[in-house]
Order: sequence, then structure tokens, then C-alpha cells
Amino acid sequence: MTMMKTSSRWSGIVYQTLAVLLALLFTTVVMLISGADPIQVYHNIMLGAVGSPTKIADILVAWTPLLLATAGLLLTFTAGLWNIGIEGQITLGAIFTTWALRVLQPTDLPPTAIMLIGFLAGALGGMFWAGLVALLKIFGNVNEIFGGLGLNFVATALTIWLIFGPWKRPGVGSMSGTEPFPLELWLPTLPGFRLSPWSLALGIVAITLVYILLRGTYFGLRLKAVGRNGRAAFLMGIPTTRYMLMAFLLCGIMAGLAGATQVLAVYHRLIPSISSGYGFLGMMVAMLVNYQALWAAPVALFFAALNIGSIQLPIVLKLDSSLSGVLQGSLVLFVLLMDGVRRRLTRPQ
Amino acid sequence: MDTQIILIGLAGVLASSAPIVFATIGETFAERSGVINLSLNGTILLTAMAGFAVAVSTNSLWLGFLAGALIGGLVALIVAFSSITLKQSQVAVGFILALTCRDLAYYLGNPFMGLQGPRVPSLPIPGLADIPLIGVIFFQQDILVYASFLLIIVSYVFIFKTRPGLMLQGIGEKPATAFVRGANVNRMRYFYTVLGGMLAGLAGPMFSLSVKAGWKGTISGLDGFGWIALALTIFGGWNPLRAAFGAYLFGLLQWLGLVLQPSLPNIPSQVLQVAPFPLMILTLLLVNIGNAEWVDRTLAALPDKTRKWLANILRSLRTSPPASLGVPFENE
Repeated sequence: MTMMKTSSRWSGIVYQTLAVLLALLFTTVVMLISGADPIQVYHNIMLGAVGSPTKIADILVAWTPLLLATAGLLLTFTAGLWNIGIEGQITLGAIFTTWALRVLQPTDLPPTAIMLIGFLAGALGGMFWAGLVALLKIFGNVNEIFGGLGLNFVATALTIWLIFGPWKRPGVGSMSGTEPFPLELWLPTLPGFRLSPWSLALGIVAITLVYILLRGTYFGLRLKAVGRNGRAAFLMGIPTTRYMLMAFLLCGIMAGLAGATQVLAVYHRLIPSISSGYGFLGMMVAMLVNYQALWAAPVALFFAALNIGSIQLPIVLKLDSSLSGVLQGSLVLFVLLMDGVRRRLTRPQ
Repeated sequence: MDTQIILIGLAGVLASSAPIVFATIGETFAERSGVINLSLNGTILLTAMAGFAVAVSTNSLWLGFLAGALIGGLVALIVAFSSITLKQSQVAVGFILALTCRDLAYYLGNPFMGLQGPRVPSLPIPGLADIPLIGVIFFQQDILVYASFLLIIVSYVFIFKTRPGLMLQGIGEKPATAFVRGANVNRMRYFYTVLGGMLAGLAGPMFSLSVKAGWKGTISGLDGFGWIALALTIFGGWNPLRAAFGAYLFGLLQWLGLVLQPSLPNIPSQVLQVAPFPLMILTLLLVNIGNAEWVDRTLAALPDKTRKWLANILRSLRTSPPASLGVPFENE
């Protein structure tokens, strides 16, 4: 028995390594098609990611919202829910945070209190948007994928309307976003870096909490039961609807906090693409780690490094930075495919 | 607004909806057979880029469309292989492909951005084009729009009026029964998924070589149409006629957004462009809410007349997916 387990673990590692190699091969072929020199490209991505302390700090800046999004998504995935609406939930978090800051800015409240309220408002915004998806699903029978997608577009439209309408810069509104907040409303960063230890801590706390929640609590166990077989869980007396709603709302809170950190610690204003695609990237991370919280943090860090590493591709090599997305996507795809191949080959006949 | 402008506008709605019609009917075929191809948004972007790139490089429109169909079929083949043969989650693989194909389109399309490319010429049908009112709307289009009309009719007749069409319904509803009757369920699912992917793959070049000619990378304005096509498949209740109606309704709303723009100067154009999305959610709500349990319970408490009236409305709107949509088939 133990021997079989060990051998299946080894075969799992072999197949996963093969998947990574295939993803690298695929991405390399894509580079060759575009006429780029793959070695130069990989070298550039590496330099762009870890070439200097500033860049390493930037990876952690990108890691924070990705961690928050992934942490939230692990809860919805565990409940068997596809929270594609997470992009909109991050956006709404950012909008609510901006709103709170704009309202409280002229008051006498100390900046720390204003920023704290900003975080709370962000959490509320994300929760509100996730709640809409949940209500549509639970009471309207609208699949959460489509409810969520629709609300993503609505959130983007709302952002653009605010930037060009009520919150436009003095003079004329522009795609560069709203007027930046004064320095005292910027979350303090490490001297010389863009990295705020506060938001980083928030991300780490979130993923740790989710890990504990899923691993060692009654709530986590029941959530898993709902995700595995909702009907059976319901018959066993678990209030499935309430658990699904909880998963959505918690995920919304974390997504909203991700949006809040984007405003308070990164952009210091509302911009049209404030979510930076971290919601969808979080879904990829969650899929790649097979919805296990333990591996989510390091994989998210790696994905963040790829994002930061590819930023300078357009400047240095005249290549589009979406190449990082190709590598990330093919990694997840091949890991999933190879997992299927392994199961098919090792299935008892 | 004078009549001529409205007529040309409506003709434009039919033309700009043609790619969505193709993608939606393609997805309808795949889902009728029991497979969800969630990659549509990536497929459309990638084939729009590839179709444009091929047409520019070879100066042949036909090769552009051929490339689109082949790539669309290939992406669908990955979905089919991973779900039917490898038994992985269709939704997961489709979602990954939706994102990866999009990034692939933006990366590989970089050198083709803003290039001048060939464009499908307009082809008025002699005689019919001169009919007052109808001629302008229906018969002064390009060949793709005529193809979309034909596709709607042919696919409707195929699914509901022919033997293979009934078989297609069977493998989506009761695969075990279809299997007993001699259908090779999995092979047919492969076939219809790839066929659907090829139809969706034609939607991309239809955009980049006709409706929104050219390739402009992230600002091509094509991101999102694939998700709309997926929603319209549900809205259409897996029926090509109803799906096409949804596509035209959506096109009409987008056109109205453009037309109303000058009279609403305070609303940025980006907002009006997404106006159909909340409506899309609303329509999904309308077609799905009849399936919810609490609705039945609430209806039961209402007085007789109101209940019948409401129940009739809900029933006429309601759609239900093929029973084994997304469920792998194992022939024991």
C-alpha cells in the first residue's frame, strides 16, 4: 500500500515535470513563430523579474492582490463555484475605497483612520458585488459564470463612467484615471521601494486564514461537502445555500481588499483597468495548484514574477508583454492535460 | 431621423451581428451534443488576429477564413480531447483556453497591428437589392451576412427536422439511450464540438476582415464578444432561431447605444457600449428564474388567475439545457 502510494506520488511528479517542459516548449515555439530569440527572451524575463532589489520588491507588490484573489477563490472553488465575477469584485473594491477616501479627505480624520476606513469600504464593495452574483445564482438560477461575467463588464463601465464623469480630474477626464490622492493617504512603503509591508501582510494573513479554514475547521469540511456533492450535503442537513452565499461573500471581501490595496498602495487613484487582471490570474493559480491552499502562495509568487519580468519586453525586445500570459496559461493547460493522461494510463483496467 | 438612416442602421445591425450568429450557433451545436466550449472569447480573438494576419500576408480573403476555421476547430479539439478522452473539467480547460488564446492573439498579432488589410466586398443581390425597405436591410450586404442567414435556417432544420439532428439531440439529452440505438456518442461529441469550434473560428475573421476590419491589439474592441455568444446560447435555449434573435437584439442595443450617444453627452461612449451587458444578465434571469424552486412555491400561493398568467409567461421564456451537458459519457 505504502509502496503504491509512493510510486503514484513519483509518477505524479514525473507527469508534472513533463507538463512544465511541454509548456516551455510550446511557449518557445510561439516565440520562434514571432521571430524572437527564445534564450534572449527568457533571459530578459529573468532579468526583469529579479535583476535588482526594486524588481524583487515589485514582484511582492504584484503578489499581494494575487494572493488575496487566490485566497478568496479557493473558498468559492471548494464550494464548487466558478466565481469568474472576481474581476468585477476587485474593481468594486477599488471604487468603494476611492469613494471613501474622496469623502473623508476633506475631514479632520487622521490619515491612518481614513485609510483604514478605505480598506473596510473596499471589502464592503467586493462583498456587495459578490453578493449580487450569489443572489442571481441562488434566487434567479443564473449560472454564476454568466452573472459574474456580466457584472465584470458593468464594473468596468462604472469605473470609466466615474473617471470621465463625477470623479473626473479638474479640467478634462482622461484614461489616466482620477486625480491622485495626497501623499499622506498613500499606504507607507519600505523606504526606496513601491512595496507596502502593510498590504503584503494583509495578503499573507488572508491566504493563511483560508489555509486554516479549509484544513482544520468544521466550516471548511462542510464547505468541501457542499462542493463535492451539493445534493448529498443538503440531505445530510448542511444548509447548502447559506454555505454557497458565505463562500461568495468571503471571496468578495478578499477581492475587495485586493482592489483596496491597488488604490491605497499601488496606483493612489482609480484607473480604468484597476483590477490588472489579478482575478483571472488568481483562477489560473487556483487551478494549477488543484485548489490546495498550501501551494497557492509559491505559485502565485512565480506568476507575479512572470508578470513583472515581462513588463520590459515591449521596450527592450519590441515584443508584447502578453507573452507571460501565454506561458502561464500553457502551464495550467498542460498540467491539467498531463493529469488527465496520467489518470487514463494508470486507471485500473 | 429619416428613414434611410434607420434602414442603413438596421442593415448594419444585421451585418455586425453576423459573427455573433456564427459563434452562437457553433456553440449551440457543441452544447447540444453535451460539451461546453468555454474558450469562445479566446477563439474569436485568436482567429480574428490569425485570419487578418493570413489575409494580409497572402492577400487572400479565403485563406484568412480558412485559417480562422482551422484554428477554431483546433482549439475546440483540445476542449473535446481533454473532456471526452481525458475526463478533465470542460469549464476549467475552456476557461484556460479563453485566456491563453487571448494572450496568444495579442502577442502574435503585435507585428500586424494597424496594418491595412483586405476587406470582404459588399455584394448586393441583383433584383432583390432594389426592393423598397427590405432591399436595403437584407440584400445589400456582403456574402458573410447571407451566409449567416443561411446558417440560421440550415442549422435549425438540421437539429429539429433531420435524423442526424435528432441523434444530436439524443446524445446531449440521453447519451446512454443513444448509445444503445447505435450512436457512437463520444465520436459524435468530438465531431460536433470541432464543428462548433470551426463556426466560432469563422466569427473572428468575420470581425477582422469585415465588420471591424483590421487588427488593433487590445483596442480592437473584440474582447467580450465570445462571452456574449456563450450567454446568447443559453438565452437561445439551444435553438438556432432563438439564438439568432438574441444576437440581433444584442446588435440592436449596441447600435442604439451609438445612435443615442450624441443626445447623451454626459455618458462616455464606453458606458453605452457595455449597456447590453446588464440587459444580458436581466434576460438570463428571465429565462432561468422559471426553474427556481421558490418561484414555484410563490406561484402556488397566488390566486388562480394571476398564477396561470404568470406561469405562462415564465414557461414561454424558460429554457433548459440538454440534460447531460458537461457530463462525460462512459459506455460500460
